Amino acid sequence: MNFKKKGGVAQSIPTGSMADITFLLLIFFMVSTVFVRFRVSGIVLPKAEKIEELKKRRHINYLWVSADRKIYIDDKVANIDDVAGIFYNRRVTDPRMIVSVKCDQRAPYGLISKVLEELRKADALRINFAANREG
Amino acid sequence: MALQRRQKSSPEIPTGSMADIVFLLLVFFLVTTTMNQDKGIGMLLPPQGESKKIQKKNICNIWVNVNGDILINLSDNISISQLRADLERRMVENTNLIVSLKADEETPYNVFIDVLDEVKLSGAERISLASPSE
Repeated sequence: MNFKKKGGVAQSIPTGSMADITFLLLIFFMVSTVFVRFRVSGIVLPKAEKIEELKKRRHINYLWVSADRKIYIDDKVANIDDVAGIFYNRRVTDPRMIVSVKCDQRAPYGLISKVLEELRKADALRINFAANREG
Repeated sequence: MALQRRQKSSPEIPTGSMADIVFLLLVFFLVTTTMNQDKGIGMLLPPQGESKKIQKKNICNIWVNVNGDILINLSDNISISQLRADLERRMVENTNLIVSLKADEETPYNVFIDVLDEVKLSGAERISLASPSE
């Protein structure tokens, strides 16, 4: 009996277009990447259901309240008496400012209420209580 | 005289390692990308100095204490799971209802957010956040 070799089929995966594919992915990630601008460590956000997403990142200002009753604006420690002044100046430069209030879930409401009162003084009325989606 | 042709060097840019470089960049962006957007419960604070006379029957006071106990209009003590249904019922009875949320000074923030979340879920549009010192 005569066993003949089967005709060889090319077994290599064509890699020529690999670069194109990865470029496409790369551009997607470059465009969609948003870098976290400010981060205060140790803040655990509460959870809520009725959540809305903030779209305009340019207008967002961050105010943090930590569990040990410290207040941060962006990521710098601030005194409660400075809050109104700082946000008033920002409100003048950006009238559409939104303040994202990021409070630790253990922070006392009394302090947060005082912060809100300061924001009212600064006429920074659009606020957002940062929370994570439940579940 | 024998004119010999010079050996031509190939004018192509080597693209073999292109994929590797791009992969490296891709991995960098994959790692640094954060898809999470800023999200939370939106509120519009009232301008300072604005005080309106509101009829008492249009206000629904919700009190929250340190332990997370909820009291509506100083009489009905209800649990947080009943709050939404209760508010919905009250809003059907009175369409002008304003929900006033008062939390104790030492109430943890997550308790306050839980209650505010339920109030928002009940469909209440007019919410007032009373300061604890008042």
